[in-house]
Amino acid sequence: MAISSDESDRVLVLEPGRSEKNYWGDLWNYRELFFVLAWRDVSVRYKQSALGALWAIMRPVLAMIVFTFIFGRVANLPSVGDVPYPIMVYAGMLPWFLVASVLGDASQSLVANANMISKIYYPRLITPAASSIVSLVDFCISFGVFVILMIVYLFMPSWQIIFLPLFVIYAVAVAFGPAMLLASLNVRYRDFRFVVPFLIQFGLYISPVGFSSSVVPEQWRLLYNLNPAVSVIDGFRWCLLGSEAAIYWPGFALGLSVTVFFLWLGFRSFRKAERSFADYI
Amino acid sequence: MSDIAIKVGGLGKKYLIGHNVERANTLRDQIVQSAATIRRNMTRTFQGKQILTGAEVEEFWALKDVDFEIPKGDVVGIVGRNGAGKSTLLKVLSRITDPTTGQAKIHGRVASLLEVGTGFHPELTGRENIFLNGAILGMSRAEIRSKMDEIVAFSGVEKFLDTPVKRYSSGMSVRLAFSVAAHLEPEILIVDEVLAVGDAEFQRKSLGKMEQVANEGRTVIIVSHNQGSLRSLCKSGILLQKGQLVMTGTIDEVLTRYSGETNISSSAITDDGKHGFAFTDFRLDSALGTIRSAVSGTPCEMVVGYRADVESTPEITLGIGVLDAFGNRLLHLSSGDFDQVLSTSPEGEIRIALDRLPLAAGRYLINFTVNLDGNRTGARFHNVPGAAVIEVEQGDFYGTEVTGEFRQMGPVLVNHRWSQ
Repeated sequence: MAISSDESDRVLVLEPGRSEKNYWGDLWNYRELFFVLAWRDVSVRYKQSALGALWAIMRPVLAMIVFTFIFGRVANLPSVGDVPYPIMVYAGMLPWFLVASVLGDASQSLVANANMISKIYYPRLITPAASSIVSLVDFCISFGVFVILMIVYLFMPSWQIIFLPLFVIYAVAVAFGPAMLLASLNVRYRDFRFVVPFLIQFGLYISPVGFSSSVVPEQWRLLYNLNPAVSVIDGFRWCLLGSEAAIYWPGFALGLSVTVFFLWLGFRSFRKAERSFADYI
Repeated sequence: MSDIAIKVGGLGKKYLIGHNVERANTLRDQIVQSAATIRRNMTRTFQGKQILTGAEVEEFWALKDVDFEIPKGDVVGIVGRNGAGKSTLLKVLSRITDPTTGQAKIHGRVASLLEVGTGFHPELTGRENIFLNGAILGMSRAEIRSKMDEIVAFSGVEKFLDTPVKRYSSGMSVRLAFSVAAHLEPEILIVDEVLAVGDAEFQRKSLGKMEQVANEGRTVIIVSHNQGSLRSLCKSGILLQKGQLVMTGTIDEVLTRYSGETNISSSAITDDGKHGFAFTDFRLDSALGTIRSAVSGTPCEMVVGYRADVESTPEITLGIGVLDAFGNRLLHLSSGDFDQVLSTSPEGEIRIALDRLPLAAGRYLINFTVNLDGNRTGARFHNVPGAAVIEVEQGDFYGTEVTGEFRQMGPVLVNHRWSQ
């Protein structure tokens, strides 16, 4: 890291329970490490896997086919307006996979990098953050598939697509709060290693991935939005499919508050536990 | 700017350890114990505390009330036995873990090297791992790029730079990792026992690099068990024992004290004896007192402690074999060669004086052979192979003041002259 000369004169005091005053500055100083770790995670992701990056395409495509068949054909649920059902499913699948993989990878990242944590100092937040970059790369690949799908179905996305980057950030934020909490708990209690896959599996059922959230009865909608993934998926569909997939704003506000709450809780517990990670990992 | 690099006051680090007091003998006891452990761990989890295995919990202070100051530009060796708290101290100073009590003030940019090749990824190539490891140690990409050639040349793995590290031999990856670390340029460098990697030639190279770093006026803190390299690298030393600071001083003072302390506890020989004769102790005495490692070319005395049954074994002759690590006998010192029969006492010591220790730096094995019937042939013998290990340090055997890692390559030294 490049450190300016005035900073090299600064005194570092190590004391029990002392909170690092320039935590954010420290994070900034270690940005090189963040980039390098993200690059490492991305480049080893598909090494020695025969299909390589094809996995990033196959997972959502196969899931889309199954969901289209079950919800669209067997259960005969309605799509959004006249949007083809596969496109509607895929537009929900994209953010769901992003949320799920950030949650899954980031919450395991500390334990996966146990060796680094016990041997060097760096702001530990870099580890889950860098592992989220991998999920974003996968997301970009899956998004490429969506573009092809739109061409195949001759589907023109609406102008709201310009807001998509905001919703991508929102999707990462939704997952990152709980991920920080679970990652720090996982260091001490490995029980949480078993909790995360369960959460993700469960989350798929209670999120409107295979169907439109408009099929949820009106009186349950607000409650349904306690799951912040609902607002992410609704937001994505609004961006990609147009105003027919209208956002249910009270629910969206609720989802946003839940996300902010978890970000605060996750960050707080991460900061609190961070200083003793090396002792327990 | 002050002249102090590191100031440590009242530093302590506590760990909680769990252990089983008694083994459960029956399934019922085992279930009861397990249930108690699970219940305790559930409670501790809800209180946000560490979970522990075992039935009993104990506090353990890995460091306690440690105070010292390290001036800028000093090269300090931290010495102590296993479990003395050396590594914990380094972990606290490199911010990996928080102290439980006290504080440490650090002036300047710290880089720590507690392990060679932290973060190395087997799937990545050598070149990629240089960037990865460099970033982990705190170098910027620009910095690594500018030093790439140097790092590669130092490691000697040029040909395999674009091969995944998992195809490397362990020696190669260790060399690559050390080369990255050797090119760090922090103000304070913390190093833990990493000089002992690679083959002999690479070790010499690494030591040379460390000497260079030390001479550049950086503050360096080293933990090593290699007394020879500590003596040649460090100016001052810190001796730790059971988590507490025993002394600070020049590296020579600290190492002498340390050698004396280790000797007392580690010299006990396990010999159940034969025909009423048993060896109890072996040590080296020098002008400085009891030492564990003798310096090549200095006067010293071998001291053999024994117990004997005077009635059955009134007289003996003693032989001391000095062997190298491969079991080759290099020297054999025998009282028989002097036609000297030693009379025994119930508990006694035999001293063998050497004017100048004729061994080069290294570890040597000591064998005892005793003829229990004095000097008569066809007698009763008692052998104790591998009775003790002595460590010899580099010294100026020839009195020429020419030393260095390349000198004194053979194990046995003999005085001689050159002419042409």
